Amino acid sequence: MSTTQATRKAPPVRPGDRVFAGLSTGAGILILVILAGVGIFLTAKGIPGILAKPDEVKSGQHFLPWVWPLVYGTLIAATIALLIAVPVAIGVALFISHYAPRRLGQIFGYLIDLLAAVPSVVYGLWGIQFLAPHMVPFYAWLNKHLSFIPFFGEPSATGRTILTACIVLAVMILPIMTAICREIFLQTPRLHEEAALALGATKWEMARLAIFPYARSGIVSAAMLGLGRALGETLAVAMVLSVTAGEVTANLIGSSNPSTIAANIALNFKESTGLSVNALIASGLVLFIITFLVNFAARALVERRSEFSGAN
Amino acid sequence: MNRNPLRYAAPTAAALVLALSLSACGASNESDSSDGASTGAAKVTGTLNAGGSTAQQAAVAAWTKAFQTTNSGVTVNYDPVGSGGGREQFIAGGLQVAGSDAALTDDELAKAKTKCKSDVVEVPTYVSPIAVIFNVKGVDKLNLSPKTLGGIFQGTITTWNDAAIKADNPDATLPATKITAVHRSDDSGTTQNFTDYLDQTSEGAWTGKAVQTWPVKGGEGAEGTSGVVAAVKGGDGTIGYADESQAGDLGKASIKVGSDFTAPTAAAASKVLDASEQVSGRAATDIAITVNRKVTDSAVYPIVLVSYQIACQKYDDKAQAALVKAWLTYVTSADGQQVAASSAGSAPLSSAFVTKAQTAVATIAGA
Repeated sequence: MSTTQATRKAPPVRPGDRVFAGLSTGAGILILVILAGVGIFLTAKGIPGILAKPDEVKSGQHFLPWVWPLVYGTLIAATIALLIAVPVAIGVALFISHYAPRRLGQIFGYLIDLLAAVPSVVYGLWGIQFLAPHMVPFYAWLNKHLSFIPFFGEPSATGRTILTACIVLAVMILPIMTAICREIFLQTPRLHEEAALALGATKWEMARLAIFPYARSGIVSAAMLGLGRALGETLAVAMVLSVTAGEVTANLIGSSNPSTIAANIALNFKESTGLSVNALIASGLVLFIITFLVNFAARALVERRSEFSGAN
Repeated sequence: MNRNPLRYAAPTAAALVLALSLSACGASNESDSSDGASTGAAKVTGTLNAGGSTAQQAAVAAWTKAFQTTNSGVTVNYDPVGSGGGREQFIAGGLQVAGSDAALTDDELAKAKTKCKSDVVEVPTYVSPIAVIFNVKGVDKLNLSPKTLGGIFQGTITTWNDAAIKADNPDATLPATKITAVHRSDDSGTTQNFTDYLDQTSEGAWTGKAVQTWPVKGGEGAEGTSGVVAAVKGGDGTIGYADESQAGDLGKASIKVGSDFTAPTAAAASKVLDASEQVSGRAATDIAITVNRKVTDSAVYPIVLVSYQIACQKYDDKAQAALVKAWLTYVTSADGQQVAASSAGSAPLSSAFVTKAQTAVATIAGA
């Protein structure tokens, strides 16, 4: 008697629940399988490339000295792109969510989202045919007045420099970062904002006291998503950047720039054979690991900060 | 009891959508290469899987169009994976015909012969002049000797009013602008042929040897022919090298050959093959050419790209052999060469080479 009563009280499981639970579990597992698959492929194919002797690959170098300039270029490009894009993204998001009239803010939001729909090859074309030539006088000016800073050495005559590539990358990662920041800013509890204003805060102080602390982890997540795209962006960089193999330079406005890992693979894969292909895949593994590390670091940052953010 | 029909409908719909999208991924278009039964003697049918050189891509597209008009049952797939990839896939047996900007090396030739179980048919199909393009304010005509050209790309000549450039252009007013030498940042047969020319003729001004990957530090890199053209166009004081047909309205330098300066034209480029020698010690069907960069006849333009198509002499499948033979016969014919010249801007093979190539192609047969 009692057992039948217990079963009757248990919540009924409908077929829909089962199907949906199965689907979502399957999707979760699928992500792991794909990630593991990519990781295993990169490792298995990459190891011969890492171990290859200099005379067996086209670069004629050991793996580490060969891949180091690429890692340097990748990190420099992504970091500067992020430095340019984060303040702009926060500013635009704040404008849309708190400053602009509601109607105008909406239109602005659409326009920003539109930027995200532009394919990277179009950004590449824009970079090489429009932005680069127009940056030349600016670079000459930088070199003339600020050449004591090592970033602004001998300027390029075509403007196809790593700084131009960074600007293109910054524009490309702007939409996703703005969209996330905007959503987070809009979720700031109304009471927090009103409390700040009631204490006599100006609008900027209100943003600083109520919105930013609340949104901090969201802003970091947005920046990490942007960084991920900047690290992995291939085509736009390959088109815009003038690269010299093995170059490591602080000069951001010169003709000789280090390539990025992704762009280097795209440029050299077509004509590579044998172990040179393995070396390229190994450099892909390095990018994979860098992206992982960056994400872990970001997670750690968000976790550590979340106690003070007021988001919980 | 309140049983909302949506409760069933939503997950079912989700499952359906997922299943549909997954099956859509699975149904890729598998090319059908089995219908090789040829019906008539003159007309061929079937699928020709070719690939390789990106330089030949435009010409192959034009050839395919014309070839399919006369042979309506033929599908030609040309995969522009690059010359190295084309040769590799041909040796592995994935492609029936490979397009390559370089002839097979001895090592590759041995492997290809094993795979084909016969000799290899290797014919030049696409000859294109490589123009030295420049963009310098106030200069529209430029003459360059090989030694000066080597110095510019090596980075030892750095300004446009350098004495060496002045010596080649006594009448021109040259500015003191810095020279930006633009090269290909991707690996390319164009780079291979250009550096081969510099290596042989620049009297030591160029030290980078003849290679596919740009060997010298400095200068400016750009992706692909279009990238080089865009970079040269975008700057002042720039110089680069690119397929003559892609150079557009940019200035093209005349190169010193013998005692005179020769402009890059298709006519001058096609003469270089007749002035060159075939690689010795190869089968009669293997027309690999060592381009003579040191010609002294100033009617010849020696900076050319010579691209080949490579096939087996024997194929197991008779229909396959007939298709490859028909394709290469058309491509190397005077007609085919003219089609490529008008659509891709290449230099047509001379009649002597057309005959040579046709003789080699005629030996293709089913085993």
